[in-house]
Order: sequence, then structure tokens, then C-alpha cells
Amino acid sequence: MRTITYRDALREAIREEMQRDERVFIMGEDIAGYGGTYAVTKGLFEEFGEKRVRDTPLAEEVIAGTGIGAALGGLRPIIEIMTINFSILAADQIVNSAAKMRYMFGGQPQVPLVIRTPGGGGAQRGAQHSQMLESWYAHIPGLKVVMPATPYDAKGMLKSAVRDPDPVLFIEHELLYNVKGEVPDEGVEYTVPLDRADIKREGKHITIITFSRMLHVTLQAAEDLAKEGIDAEVLDLRSIRPIDIDLIIDSVKKTNRVVIAEEGWKYFGTGQGLAALIYEHAFDYMDAPIQHVNSADVPMPYSKVLERAALPNKNDIVQAAKKIVPPALVGA
Amino acid sequence: MKTIEMPKLGDTMEEGKILRWIKREGDPVKKGEPVAEVETDKVNIEIESFASGTLRKILVPEGASAPIGADIALVGTPDEPLPGTIEGNGNGKATPAASQGRQNSAVNSSTSSPAQNPAGMAVENIPVPQAATTTMTKQAPSTAEQGRVFISPIARRLAEEHSIDYRYIRGTGPNGRIIKMDIEAALAQAAQQVATPVALPIAAEPVPAAIDTGDVVEIPLTSMRRTIAKRLSQSMQVAPHFYVTSVIDTGKLAALRQQINEYAANDPVPVKVSFNDLIIRAVALALVRVPQVNVSFAEDRLLQKKSVHIGMAVALEQGLIVPVLHNVDSRGILDIARESHRLSEAARSGKLRPEDLSGGTFTVSNLGMFDVESFTAVINPPESAILAVGSITPTPAVVDGQVVVRDRMKVTLSSDHRAIDGAIAARFLQEVKRLLEEPLGLLL
Repeated sequence: MRTITYRDALREAIREEMQRDERVFIMGEDIAGYGGTYAVTKGLFEEFGEKRVRDTPLAEEVIAGTGIGAALGGLRPIIEIMTINFSILAADQIVNSAAKMRYMFGGQPQVPLVIRTPGGGGAQRGAQHSQMLESWYAHIPGLKVVMPATPYDAKGMLKSAVRDPDPVLFIEHELLYNVKGEVPDEGVEYTVPLDRADIKREGKHITIITFSRMLHVTLQAAEDLAKEGIDAEVLDLRSIRPIDIDLIIDSVKKTNRVVIAEEGWKYFGTGQGLAALIYEHAFDYMDAPIQHVNSADVPMPYSKVLERAALPNKNDIVQAAKKIVPPALVGA
Repeated sequence: MKTIEMPKLGDTMEEGKILRWIKREGDPVKKGEPVAEVETDKVNIEIESFASGTLRKILVPEGASAPIGADIALVGTPDEPLPGTIEGNGNGKATPAASQGRQNSAVNSSTSSPAQNPAGMAVENIPVPQAATTTMTKQAPSTAEQGRVFISPIARRLAEEHSIDYRYIRGTGPNGRIIKMDIEAALAQAAQQVATPVALPIAAEPVPAAIDTGDVVEIPLTSMRRTIAKRLSQSMQVAPHFYVTSVIDTGKLAALRQQINEYAANDPVPVKVSFNDLIIRAVALALVRVPQVNVSFAEDRLLQKKSVHIGMAVALEQGLIVPVLHNVDSRGILDIARESHRLSEAARSGKLRPEDLSGGTFTVSNLGMFDVESFTAVINPPESAILAVGSITPTPAVVDGQVVVRDRMKVTLSSDHRAIDGAIAARFLQEVKRLLEEPLGLLL
């Protein structure tokens, strides 16, 4: 297999889906001639033309509403919201229309809409542009919320999202676009389901659950832990809703200990919701309270130094794991 | 800095009272040297230091009590700084939960320096001998009597699956929480049990001074009296007792006993076999044949014991004590006689060891020497039955249609109806009766 970037993997998925199905089109701010703020759609305008690769005004509610209308009308729109922070402007369309139409009209209309948008911080974008808001949307029945972390998963899940009959919020990360990974050759068909987590590293002492960019930080932390004899299992959620609770429970039954490492804030976030699910389903298998690794509970600082201090890092994960893995167990 | 902990000195012990400190702060102590005298619910015992060094700090003053496993003193080098964050159970009646709470705040405020690292402390602690081992599979937990035990869910589940009484296991997790590996360690320990018992000399309990108030003499309760009161009223209130009585002809038994004693008098280690020894032997064999009686009621299940350990009630000046003959089913009569002799001597001279009092699965209470026809006994929890033995009396009996005089005794079995039904109790008594009336079976 070749190695390509997350950005290229996304572009390939969009291109292959547009080639496969003429109902698929993409629209968003500066995605056509400019090739997208993060260059994901570069070259697609030249290949597919302005009918299927469309620039929009700077009006997120309009983008989302148009996407919903097109989906209801039988098309397969992919809309790009420049960052998840701007999706707040489109939240009424996403939450009140996209997520509910199928339910409120007796299952007749479908909204096969894909909303692509990057979240997260770490690139000095300031407090308003560095947020992880996936838990807001994961709260809503009727939405699917996925956050692939590798090029392979990104391509496979974006293709699944385009083919899914329901609205999918596909959350990327600015710092993931240049991450490289193995992906089958262009044109080699594969998809990754939207409801399956993935064990990215097997281990027996502790399960570290993570997703999106934090997967890569967690894998490094697992290497550090291994040097100290702690064998960590790294579970990549990939999908926040639906959540693959079965795989999580299987892993917890094996390790009895959990760290949840995420970039978002702790309070009422993805990790806390997940922790409640784990306690609900696997209480009898827990040997220690779940540990959380999160961003500091502050708006993201602009200062580079403070931003680095606010974001969770490898050492935070190592410390959280060591807190609940008994030293005497290590090497056993 | 090492800690001395309140050891568990018997099945029923929950806390111990420091009667006196034999060593003072600043005194040098050697490992194995007595440091304090402790009053448990049954006996007074000198406890030994688990480490050598200087007794740096006494955490529980004389007259105060501490729960099992609580730190009662610190031993270290003379100039080692005292860990400022560790507090003892100085107020005397601290519950485990309360001391956990204090540990907790200590953890939060402590820095990561090794001396103050609670995890480091735990590793240095010398585990209390026989804590986990002898309590395994024995007791239906009565958490009402005990403070809250911190245990992780998986550890609790494992403990319950293996019928381990986890209250006496030392937790090595954060805040002393019992975690999975503590249970696994206890299981491994239990698997290779045969643990070498700690020989702790048991000091005779002083008889408290009575107070004459004029019409009434007030006698303060000894801890033994308190334990009897607490446990037996609990037994009577919780376990629905029912009684089955049987009359046993002891003619052949007396003849056999005489024969055995003639033989045993010339044994290299001469011994005298009592009727009670023969009864204990018969009960042990009957328990093997009717194992449904050798059980404990554990709320949501019955724990059927594979070993037969028989307690024999011994009356002392200050109360009743029940030393236990272990593995009676695999002991011969002379062996039983020697062991019962040792136990009753030890009980009278206050020299019982903790393991002599632990692990009983059934009790025999014999008031035959006091010329009683019959009586009913209160079950000794967590056992489910007790046999009350009356005097052997010449009695008119009908044999082959003729009234003849025979030596007979009445035995009455008290059973816990939650665990044992009438038919089972009757079958068990039938076995006992058959073994005592045709006593060759006791030898075979």
C-alpha cells in the first residue's frame, strides 16, 4: 500500500464518490477555484466543473439549508463548513432540520447529507476557532458524528458517509491533514463502517480510549508506557454517534482500567458521556475509576506557549495511565 | 518508615483495644519482639513488631481501639523524619471509612517525595500474617457490623465468585482500595494455604473489678462477654432455629471407650479418650456423609464446606470459648483426644493461639458432666448447626418388648432453617446415633 496524507485521502474519497455517483456534489466557502481553505478539494473544480464543485457565500446557515434541500431533492451533497466553530451558525439547520426530518415525516424523506468540517486547536487560531464541539452534535438523535484519525479511516468513512441515507457530521482536524498513513491505491474500492471503533494497538493493562488527533498522541504515550512495562490498549472510537459500545466493553473486560484521552473540554463532553456508558455497561469489570485527559477548562489561549499548556499531551496520558495501573501488576 | 498494624487475631475480631504499650516511643524494637498487648473480642494477645528499628510514633494510645489493618505505630530509624501526612486512629474509635477519608486528604496534599508517597508506604508495609488466608470461604459478610470497605467492582465480583471474605484483605489500590490483583493474590495464597501459623502468646484476660452498689453488684463486661452477647443474640435473631432430639444408647460406646483407654494407656504417648472425643469423631463422620449440614448461609447462596472443623465449647470462669479441632474427618480417635486435651488446657490457661479459634464449621456443646438430661444450644455463626449433648443416664428402655435398664443420653441438634431442613437434620442425627450405638464404625 502507498502512504498518503489525510488530506489526499479525503480528496480521493470525494473524487471516487463523485465519479461513482453523479448525484454527489460538494459545496462550501472557497472550495472551488481556491481549492478549499485546507486544500482538500484542490483540483476537483477543474475535474468536475462548477455544477458539482460550488462556492457559496459566507453564510453557514445557507450552506447547510441548501445542502438539506438538495438531499431531500434526491442529490448526495457534501458540504464543507470551514471549521466546526462556524457550524454554530448552521446549528438550527443541522439540529432542527437535518436530524429530524426523517423522524417527523414518518420515515418518508431522507437527508443523505455529509457535513465535512475540521475541529480542534493547536494552530494558534484563537479561542473562537479552536474548539472541539462534537459532543454538542453527538447529543442529537438523528445525527451521525464520526471523527476518523487516520488517512485509511478518513477515506473509507467519508465514502460510507456519502452513501449513508442519513445526515453525517464528518469532523476532521486541522492538524490531521498532513498526517500520513497507508491507504489502498486509488480506485481500489473499500469502505469503513460508520459505527465501528477500532483497536489501534492491543494491550492488556489498560484501555486508552481516544479519537481524532489525540489518537496519534495516545499511540506515542502507549510507546512510552511500554518502556515502563505498561501494556496499553489503544481504542480509536472513530465514531462518536453511534458509539461502538460492544468493542469498548470487550476491551474493558480485558483490562479493567480506562483512560479517556480527548482534546475537548472535560465537563459534559464526549469523554464524560462515554464514561457514564462504561460504568453503566461494565461496572462489574472496573478495577479503578476512569481517568480523563482533556484540554484545560479555559477558552483556548492564543499565545503559543499557553496554547501548548492548555492542550492535553503525551505526558498527561502517561500519568493518567500510571495513576490507575498498579505498579505490582506491571511485568505480570 | 514502617508501620505496625492492628493484626487480625480471630474470625470474629473487628477491632482491637490497646491494653498497654510494652514499648515506648523511642525504644528500640526488634522484629518479633512484643510491642503492645491487645484486647480482642475473645482474648488478650501480645502483638509483635513486624520490623526492626526504633518505635518512632504510637498512633493509638492505651485504652483506645483500632480496626483491623489500621496503623497503630510507626517504626523507623531514630532520625528518620516522621511522615507528617499520616495520622493514626488517635481518637480511638475511628472507623475504617473515617481513616480512609483522612488518608485521602493526605494523598491530595502530599507532594511526590518518596517518604510521603502513599503508594510507597503501602509497599513498605509488612502484611499482617494470616489476614487473608484463614478467613477465606468462611463467613457470610455482615457488613452492618463493619465500616465501609473500599473495593473495586471487579475485585468485589471476583471475591464473591470465589466466596472470599474481602473485608480482611488489605487493599493496595489508591486510598487502600482493594483491587483485582489483591483478590488474585489472596486466591493464590489460599490455593497454597497450609500457612505457617503465627504463634502469638495469648495473655489471660484480667477479670474486671466488680462494683458493689448496695443491692446490686455491677460487673463490667469483659470483651469475651460482649462478644458472646453480640454474636449469640444476632444468631438467635437472624437464624430461625429448630431442634431435633435423639436418644442414644451408649452401652457399646462405653465398652469401646474402655477398650480404647486400656490400649491408649500403654501408648508411647498415653492419652485418655473422653466420651466427647468419640462424639466429635461421630459428628465428623456424619458431616462427611450428610454434607448438607456442613454449611454456612451466605444470604444469596449456601457455602458448603469441604473440610470438617469442629468447635468444642469450653466453659471458663469468665465465659464460653470455642476452640476448634481442625480436619476432624481425617483424624483418628487418639489424635482427636490429644488435640481436644491440648485445646481445653490451652483454653483454661489462656494459651490459645488465634488459629485455635478460627474456622469452625460445626460445634459440639456437652453439658453431660453437669447432670443435665438435655438442652438446646444457640448456633455459633457462621455455622448452621450445633449439637447439644446431655448426661449419660441409666434409663428404663424397651428392648425386644422387655423393659430393661440401659445407659442412654439425649442429644439435641439446633439447625438454622434457612440452610437446613428438618429431614436433613434428622438424617444427620440418625448417622450420629448409628455411629455411637454401633461404634465400630468410629474406628473404620
